[in-house]
Amino acid sequence: MNIPIEYYIWLSAILFGIGVLGVLYRRNAIIIFACIELMLNAVNLLMVAFSSYLNDANGQVFVFFIMAVAAAEVAVGLAILVMMYRNTKSVDIDILNRLKG
Amino acid sequence: MNALFVICGIGVFSLLAEIFNLKKWVSLVSIAGLVTAAIILIIVDWRFITYYYNGMVYFDRFALSFTSLIIVISIFWFWMSGDFFRGAAHRTDKSSLVLFSIAGAVMMVSFNNMAMLFLGIEILSISLYVLAGSNKENLFSTEAAFKYFLMGSFATGFLLFGITLVYGATGSFNIPAIADFIAAHATMPRYLYIGILLMMVGLAFKISAVPFHLWAPDVYEGSPTPVTAFMSTIVKIAAFAAFIKIFSVCFVRFDFSLLWLEQGIMVLTLVVANITAVYQGNVKRMLAYSSVGQVGYLLLAFSSDNVNSTGILFYYLTAYAVASITAFTVVQLIETQKGSAAIDNFKGLFKNSPLLAIAMTIAMFSLAGIPPLAGFFGKYLVFTLSISKGFVGLTVVAVLTSLIGVYYYFKPVVMMSQSSDSVIAVSNSQKALLTILIVINLAIGIFPDIIRIL
Repeated sequence: MNIPIEYYIWLSAILFGIGVLGVLYRRNAIIIFACIELMLNAVNLLMVAFSSYLNDANGQVFVFFIMAVAAAEVAVGLAILVMMYRNTKSVDIDILNRLKG
Repeated sequence: MNALFVICGIGVFSLLAEIFNLKKWVSLVSIAGLVTAAIILIIVDWRFITYYYNGMVYFDRFALSFTSLIIVISIFWFWMSGDFFRGAAHRTDKSSLVLFSIAGAVMMVSFNNMAMLFLGIEILSISLYVLAGSNKENLFSTEAAFKYFLMGSFATGFLLFGITLVYGATGSFNIPAIADFIAAHATMPRYLYIGILLMMVGLAFKISAVPFHLWAPDVYEGSPTPVTAFMSTIVKIAAFAAFIKIFSVCFVRFDFSLLWLEQGIMVLTLVVANITAVYQGNVKRMLAYSSVGQVGYLLLAFSSDNVNSTGILFYYLTAYAVASITAFTVVQLIETQKGSAAIDNFKGLFKNSPLLAIAMTIAMFSLAGIPPLAGFFGKYLVFTLSISKGFVGLTVVAVLTSLIGVYYYFKPVVMMSQSSDSVIAVSNSQKALLTILIVINLAIGIFPDIIRIL
């Protein structure tokens, strides 16, 4: 019943990669938020796995920090999204190209 | 540490000021509080070089110097951005957000644990996402806030994944413990290297080094000008200090293998940023590219000798921050009175408002690196260090790009000397601020030793 740590690393790396690809390729702002959350949760999963693998509680405490901060970040992010929707009536990030050099 | 408490305290005061109807005093109290923080820092904190909270934060000479730099620049920032707080709505919210992000910046220079690094970066960034969008009706401001948020949290993801892999390999979040572990073991799991690489990517986003700079010009241009000034001075100082601390204390053993990477980023930063800056018609956007370009010189010094270059980096950052806050004071005045910071709006400044023109000229000359201003000695120290370490080719690249820099920094100066009959009104407090900034620019240029105490 002993799962090697490498399995967790690969799983988290794949989840993280899906998150990164989502941020880079999707155009809907809400989906991009979800992908950023996916990246952070991949980190959380790996952190907990390492923490139990190393018999060290610090990693699990760090996960709480990440969760709290991610919640704050999403609160701010959604507020910005609402502001953007009020100004443009859209959540598609392709309309955000007015700032150009 | 006590200075950090004072900064958080005035942040909380500023949040509560709305309730007790003290809105008018917020800006003044913030400046007074920051001055108090600076005094406490000099009188109390400088005497104790010690760890706090079980080694979570460590105030050594490095952290104390950078904290004092951050506090001094924040005082100037509050001084220059009086107009930003004058509007009726959300005055106290803005100032408390700024104060909390200053607290985050102080944490970023004094961390001794990856958790504190992460929290510091997030406290700084989350406040700034809101500030970047604080001009709510303006679509540019919204766009800047959204881009900054997206790029900021994306970078945080990379940084966190890096921290996790480093933790898995070394079993600790404590910076000295990680350094000891790396020094004690000859072979390490491969994912440690990936972790270090990811942390570098995350921090490169924060210092906006090429190729991770794409957000910077848009965000700098779209945000309200005082917020841009804040980003290009205090945020840059804090982010670069965190970068120095991670790579000169924690991963110092990988010096050699990281060297190529740092130098690659450095050359790209210097070339891309300086060449793109030439084509900008808006001074605010040009300053954004210039602030990306300046990171290249900092990286040149850091990659040449990443343990002993701290003093030079501190001097360079001081010179850069002072010059840049001078430039943004002028840009802000032009923008509020003429509607935009397009380069044509600088016409006739020498004739009609000589103080503004002189301040802008000195700031531009200092950023370009013309003696006897502070920027010149910064560049001089960086180039002598990198030549003495044998990186002649890289130094040649840096000198050539700084010549390109001279061209685009002169453009506003040339514009200002052309004739036009528009007048810019300058208040007395802005005049005093500009005079002080000019004097500081000259003083640290002529007597560089007063800064090089580190």
